[in-house]
Amino acid sequence: MIMTDIRWFKYSSPQTFYPLAGTLAPWFSAAAALLAIAGLYISFFMAPTDFQQGEAYRIIFIHVPAAWMSMFLYLVMAVWAAIGLAWNTRLSSMMACAIAPTGAIMTFIALWTGALWGKPMWGAWWVWDARLTSELILLFLYLGFMFLHAAIDDPRRADRAAAVIAIVGAINVPIIYFSVKWWNTLHQGASVSLMRSPSMAATMLLGMLVMALAFWMYSIAVILMRVRCVIIERERHADWIKAPGALE
Amino acid sequence: MLEVSKLECARGERLLFRDLNFVLEAGTLLEVRGANGSGKTSLLRMLCGFLQPAAGEISWRGKTVNAGNEEYRSELAYLGHHNALKDELTPLENLRYALRLSGIGATDTRLQEALEWAGLRERRHQSCATLSQGQRRRVSLARIKLSPSRRFWILDEPFTALDVAAVERTRDLVAAHLAGGGMAALTTHQEVPIPAPATQRVELSA
Amino acid sequence: MSAPGLLDSVVAVVARDLRIALRRRADVMTSLIFFVIVVSLFPLGVGADPVLLRTLGPGVVWVAALLACMLALARLFANDYADGTLEQMVLAPQPLALLVLAKTAAHWLTTGLPLVIVAPLLGVQFDLDADALLILLASLLLGTPTLSLIGGIGAALTLGLRGGGALLALLVLPLYIPVLIFGAGAVEASAAALGAGAHLSLLAALLLGSLVFAPWATALALRIAIE
Repeated sequence: MIMTDIRWFKYSSPQTFYPLAGTLAPWFSAAAALLAIAGLYISFFMAPTDFQQGEAYRIIFIHVPAAWMSMFLYLVMAVWAAIGLAWNTRLSSMMACAIAPTGAIMTFIALWTGALWGKPMWGAWWVWDARLTSELILLFLYLGFMFLHAAIDDPRRADRAAAVIAIVGAINVPIIYFSVKWWNTLHQGASVSLMRSPSMAATMLLGMLVMALAFWMYSIAVILMRVRCVIIERERHADWIKAPGALE
Repeated sequence: MLEVSKLECARGERLLFRDLNFVLEAGTLLEVRGANGSGKTSLLRMLCGFLQPAAGEISWRGKTVNAGNEEYRSELAYLGHHNALKDELTPLENLRYALRLSGIGATDTRLQEALEWAGLRERRHQSCATLSQGQRRRVSLARIKLSPSRRFWILDEPFTALDVAAVERTRDLVAAHLAGGGMAALTTHQEVPIPAPATQRVELSA
Repeated sequence: MSAPGLLDSVVAVVARDLRIALRRRADVMTSLIFFVIVVSLFPLGVGADPVLLRTLGPGVVWVAALLACMLALARLFANDYADGTLEQMVLAPQPLALLVLAKTAAHWLTTGLPLVIVAPLLGVQFDLDADALLILLASLLLGTPTLSLIGGIGAALTLGLRGGGALLALLVLPLYIPVLIFGAGAVEASAAALGAGAHLSLLAALLLGSLVFAPWATALALRIAIE
């Protein structure tokens, strides 16, 4: 027990995490590439054509994993930010900072593909579907976190302030999602859902899961690379970073 | 009573001071000296608990000074760069609010006396917006004068904008507080020797 | 600190802010007039068809109330931050969250409550019937305090930042969405004879939730802001 505790503390310092992230990132990148190739092959060549939605439904292989990642990453970001706020650990806040852009990109992809899918399905680029509306609000929450962080010069103060808004946002996400859904049912908006394919064939499900894994690996790889940049930027005056060979 | 150990302060990327150690006991005056930007105000704000130390610890009666330490705050009076006065209110209203906020009971007579001491008796019903810088500083000092029950006074440049007579009265006020077993920490650019049972000096060099 | 001392501090904060608002009546009027103007612009923009206006009415009044509340937020802590009284509040030996709650209450009394009082008049402009007006009043009464409470977090986080106003909108408006949905929804539901009970209960639940959580988060944000 004690041994593992020590290990955890060891990797919670930016100095030791930096090389670790550097070692892990390529592996996650490779896994992301392989899974994406496999996933795309399944989605485009193996999965059957949907009898209702035709070929256009295939965008869910991108859309759904992106939407999952966008919500999940917000939660992870808020947890890291909260840890950084509570225990004043620098690396946790740096992780939150590194996650935010990836989360925002995922949200954006989910919105973009949702619109692309909406055109053939609903005949409009944008409909006020509950899921899409929630994604849009999630994008605002990500942007709020990033802009607030950018507006404060002192990085530690920025970490703490952004952590507050991340926590408040995380508590609000379920409330917002519920309220938007409620609003949507009352207003009888779009009733066709991306996910509600009448009979989800097993290959479709497989394709989606492989793609979801690919998105996972990609996100982890990118976040590890970005956190390395954040560490260099923030710690550029630290002694360890100036030591020869520290950045290899 | 107040113990500061291995205190380190960084603002942004600049390290202002490190490894600062001192202990203040009853009757001690802490004089913080240093050039502009050397971290005098930062040190005082750290003593208030506004700023978190980058490293090290501040403790009062053996308990760490942090957001949860309400006992410490109930023994503290702080005069900052800003006078903490509302322009819309009169000096009397400002004082009354400040004392109620911090839970110090004071009768109107005592408020009047304090304003008398500050030389603002005639202006007590005028809005603070009409007062000069020196007069505002004096209202703020009157608040400190009304807080003798607060053991530890933290005064950031208390003599700014004051005329000679007011500087002397303020000096006497702090000296009396120290003689009565109080403690004070202050920064100043003026050479105003304050008689005190014990004096500690901290020189900050950036 | 004893309970009477605590109560006295809370009362002192509320009384001070109300007195200042009384001496700065123009500030209070500005957000109220903003509210009235925004609502009055809609018929000019979308046309004066009574049926259309009746459908738009609740949403328009609610969105305008949201924006007016948000504009007023800038005043919640900014002046206290600039003149140093905020520091003294943080130094007070009382729990900061409670003092924040006191300040927010005073703020709502001077910005939210006037909106609530004027709103029925604006509802009449949109040809809402008596029942709908009553529900509009009730929904605003339950919803606007939540807006002040949640908004306080954003106001505290953006203290002293450049571009603070636009950033405040970005931070706060997404959090306002549930209040908007249930608030405007209450009036629409009653107009459609569906009963507004569920909406109003949800608004009350949001108010209770933010009463517990928002002052604490705001206090945290204020401590960060005065660093």
